[in-house]
Amino acid sequence: MQSWIPLVPDSASTFSWQVDALYFYLSGVTLFFSLLISAVLIFFVIRYRRRTPYEIPRPIAGSHKLETVWTIIPFIIAMTMFGWGARVYFTQYKSPADAIEVYVVGKQWMWKLQHATGQREINQLHVPVGRKVKLIMTSEDVIHDFFVPAFRTKADVVPGKYTTLWFEATTPGTYHLFCAEYCGMNHSGMTGSVIVMEPREFDNWLSGSTGTTTPAAAGQQLFQTLGCASCHGANGEGGRGPTLAGVFGSETALQSGEKVRVDEAYVRESIINPQAKLVAGFGPIMPTFQGQISEDQLVQLVAFIKSLPGGGGGGGQAQAPTAPSPTQNQK
Amino acid sequence: MKPIESFELPEPPKVNYINAQYGLKSWLLTKDHKRIALLYLGSITFFFFIGGLYALMIRLELLTPPGDFMQSATYNKVFTQHGIIMIFFFLIPSIPATLGNFLIPMMIGAKDLAFPRINLLSWYIYLLGGVITIYALLAGGVDTGWTFYTPFSTTFSNSYVVATGLGIFINGFSSILTGLNFIVTVHTMRAPGMTWFRMPLFVWSLYATSLVMILGTPVIAITILLLAFERIAHVGIFDPALGGDPILFQHLFWFYSHPAVYIMILPSMGVISELIANFSRKNIFGYSFVAFSSLAIAVFGFLVWGHHLFVTSQSVYAGMIFSFLSFAVAIPSAIKVFNWTATLYRSSISYDTPMLFALGFIGLFTVGGMTGLFLASLAVDVHLSDTYFVVAHFHYIMVGGALMGYLGGLHYWWPKISGRMYPEGWGRFSALVIFVGFNLTFLPQFVAGYLGMPRRYHAYPPEFQVFNVLSTAGASILGFGMLIPAIYFVWSMRYGRHAEANPWHLPGLEWRTASPPPTENFEVTPIVTWEAYEFAPAEETEVVGKFRPELERI
Repeated sequence: MQSWIPLVPDSASTFSWQVDALYFYLSGVTLFFSLLISAVLIFFVIRYRRRTPYEIPRPIAGSHKLETVWTIIPFIIAMTMFGWGARVYFTQYKSPADAIEVYVVGKQWMWKLQHATGQREINQLHVPVGRKVKLIMTSEDVIHDFFVPAFRTKADVVPGKYTTLWFEATTPGTYHLFCAEYCGMNHSGMTGSVIVMEPREFDNWLSGSTGTTTPAAAGQQLFQTLGCASCHGANGEGGRGPTLAGVFGSETALQSGEKVRVDEAYVRESIINPQAKLVAGFGPIMPTFQGQISEDQLVQLVAFIKSLPGGGGGGGQAQAPTAPSPTQNQK
Repeated sequence: MKPIESFELPEPPKVNYINAQYGLKSWLLTKDHKRIALLYLGSITFFFFIGGLYALMIRLELLTPPGDFMQSATYNKVFTQHGIIMIFFFLIPSIPATLGNFLIPMMIGAKDLAFPRINLLSWYIYLLGGVITIYALLAGGVDTGWTFYTPFSTTFSNSYVVATGLGIFINGFSSILTGLNFIVTVHTMRAPGMTWFRMPLFVWSLYATSLVMILGTPVIAITILLLAFERIAHVGIFDPALGGDPILFQHLFWFYSHPAVYIMILPSMGVISELIANFSRKNIFGYSFVAFSSLAIAVFGFLVWGHHLFVTSQSVYAGMIFSFLSFAVAIPSAIKVFNWTATLYRSSISYDTPMLFALGFIGLFTVGGMTGLFLASLAVDVHLSDTYFVVAHFHYIMVGGALMGYLGGLHYWWPKISGRMYPEGWGRFSALVIFVGFNLTFLPQFVAGYLGMPRRYHAYPPEFQVFNVLSTAGASILGFGMLIPAIYFVWSMRYGRHAEANPWHLPGLEWRTASPPPTENFEVTPIVTWEAYEFAPAEETEVVGKFRPELERI
């Protein structure tokens, strides 16, 4: 693959070939039509060059048949590009449920990452081959963008909300991580690397650092110190405030009569702006935590609420944060 | 067959619009659309060279991977200011305010635009906006990118955001007034016999452009105001820390700025229609399709802004709709390219400079347009957005398209504007140099972009260097190519051969008056009895296939 001038970047995720295939199709069509138009132009320009200064060619009015042909054919080709692009896009943006989750906080000009098991990384992300990884991302300041060319995917990292990005790495190696949304002075320095490892190596790497607190555990401490427990119960069982245990991932009825899916974004919003979407049956008594809590702490609280076991459903992060079993090594 | 020279050519009058009056005051207070066009020509050329200087600095910095030529903060200002100057102060006014101003009244047989005073006012507004923007650049510059994305621009940037915004805000009104003037002029000032479907396609395309200008520009004005409110008064609109939504800004910004792309390219398409027809002595193949495709582009152009937001966490379904509409808007452009090409069939093609620019335009615009499909295609755009692929794509449209059209038009109408001929040999040479330099600059950027080089990077990983070296080499050729016309146009104003009234032997109305024209354009109001691009009598028209001429007339 590595010729003197490569035409495609390293391919290291399940998206790589899907995007490349569509890219080659688009390139082929582009090349075909550009060469066709150029060839016809050059032929006409030579064949019908002006031979005598006063020659007047016979006018041609036009042709509805031709107009129809060159409207419909490009339209059909365009629709194949549209359909194909949309199909791959859907797989890119539909996060799988069974993914390893990593929290990402972007700030001018660095990436802070934390694995569910507590390992923290700066400007580096270690991921295993063959397991789906989902990034839950937010920004402390301006808009950034998490871009890994070798994975053929990117997503904006937007302050004030969570965005997600998922991928499944296929080839071990070290790949570029770029910030792709202009974010101020040192934008081009907001780079790093994604290190794709064999699953066993990755598990070793995960267990290598000791004494780390998982985000969920840190969130539990915050839950006590910030006084959340006094209304929501020490284990989120509820009280003056709504129950938190086991609601994550389910739908909750709101005071307004609407329903909302309890996801990272909703939990975050309810901490920052509690009055925005009140749960049915509860009054607007919770104070805002806007400005009193950092994005890192918010991520920890969200992780804690996600980890709370409940009567039913819940569960994405409920399994103990031990290393996944080595039997996942099928590939 | 009617030989072209048999047109009744007026005696070259001693008094024309240039020498009718003398003195600075006669220019600064003129109401003549032709003089105002020249005022614009001078001012946009000034801005073009400032923007070009920034481009040169960008290319010098990117010659080597580390950021060694200037500091990051400086580099960020340089690319921001390159974009702002080129887009708002060169490309948007370029063809409409110079060639459009000069030619619309002449092409439809009018004495002037509908509102001559408003026309002058629009130039002063442009100038005021320009002066304020230049002040902002000199005072310290602006580093937000020409896109002013929030919350960086409202909360985090320590540069002259509001002053620059004010300059763009004011400049927008000049755009709106020009658009308004053109629309009213086309509706009310056509000479007897100049029906809508006898108008040159240049007029059609500027009519479509004007619609976009008056409908789109107010939106960017409002957006800049909201941005200023948040930056000055900390009203929470876009910054989430103040309770706003940063993505809202992008919706508002692109609602104008995507149609603005069509403000830049539609006039150029109009010029190309003129050049292709006139330098092949052939009526445009499918005139009404080319005319209506301009309107279709203007209308659909307002519905595709969301394709700039595919990676912002915009809804997947919204993304699909915007992707679909973006593919749809490509069709009218394709129709134009096919019709231009078909026009050349069995024609009589001259190799004069304007035609070389037109042929170059078709090639570059085809590449620019087709690479737009990559970015309309959702999954590929996810990989490509904010990379050099995007940079290459829009330069193919803006420089390969809009600028090539502008230069072609300037050469074509230069005899009419100045009364002098430019040196033809140098003209052809510059067209060739610009074409080669342009491709060498921007083709490598497509590859660099797919390989993942992000845009707006001051320093970059060494594996991208080969593409940047090629780009910089190309840019120096391109810059050299741009200097040649700048020199010979100025030279020709004094030393060029005197132009006849109709140096290209063409049927258009603007060629049926003296070069340069008198202040009132025509000695007597013309009565139009011929179709657009009627080189030979209509009854000789060849019928292709089952074509029915009555359909063509609508």
